[in-house]
Amino acid sequence: MVKCDRVLQELSNYIDEDIDPSLRAAIEDHVSGCHRCSVLVDSTRKMLYVVGDERVFELPVGYSERLHARLAQHLGNA
Amino acid sequence: MAEHTLLAAGLDAQSEHNEAALIDRIRKGEKELFYELIQPYERSVYLTILSVLRNHSDAEEVAQEALLKAFTHLDQLRSTEKFKAWLLLIAVNEARMRKRKDRRHLYESMEEQAMETEDGEFMPRQFADWREIPSDIVERKEIRIVVQRAVNNLPEKYREVFVLRDMQHLSVTETAEVLGLTVPAVKTQLHRARLQMREQLAPFFGKRWIERLPFWKGKNPW
Repeated sequence: MVKCDRVLQELSNYIDEDIDPSLRAAIEDHVSGCHRCSVLVDSTRKMLYVVGDERVFELPVGYSERLHARLAQHLGNA
Repeated sequence: MAEHTLLAAGLDAQSEHNEAALIDRIRKGEKELFYELIQPYERSVYLTILSVLRNHSDAEEVAQEALLKAFTHLDQLRSTEKFKAWLLLIAVNEARMRKRKDRRHLYESMEEQAMETEDGEFMPRQFADWREIPSDIVERKEIRIVVQRAVNNLPEKYREVFVLRDMQHLSVTETAEVLGLTVPAVKTQLHRARLQMREQLAPFFGKRWIERLPFWKGKNPW
């Protein structure tokens, strides 16, 4: 049986499925009956979903064009 | 293994094969193929460098230098299947070199440490229920601004790990190799970064829910 502080401690490993099956089962059992931990796990997963989408970080306008122009100068002389 | 996982693994293997073939052809003289090779990683290189420098104009200049260095040293890449990690290693090294030259970046804001206790332990301050995130939320300008600000507010050692692992999707081992850290150190820093990121982004998704929770009395429930 685990408590809230153990869920917090193992949160990252739990999300990455990097814990042993018995601990995972114990955490799942706790989370299913604990609103705080349920929200913690759910919101962390959703944060990872949002930041993991490449559209969330915009590149400066013209970045790729300026990069290719710089590379072209170098590749032309290479 | 689920069918979609098998499909994804197959696509990854195909992509690695194509990448290895491209690298081979570039090494043999078809240097114009370098644009094609780096196209999927232009964003990753920029974002990785930005995570170190936190300055857009410097990040762009250093990204150009990093990709030029990658072209110049392509012969030294031993494992073509690790091209992305190799490229991001160059990016991190170039960014750190620039940072060492620039004294403006030597001092981290004291505010960055505000959510940690004296022994470095993270204490969550608030919780948000994000069960109703619309699928198109990442396309909204507000969330882009909030995410960029939150990443910038992470302490440096957490920021680099978080960007490589959770935004660039390197494995924990690859992240450790790129940053010169041990795997346990990456896991520890990643854990703290994720908690801080979750906490920083929580207000964006609304926090009025918290007043409805029976346990909530205006202080840290942990």
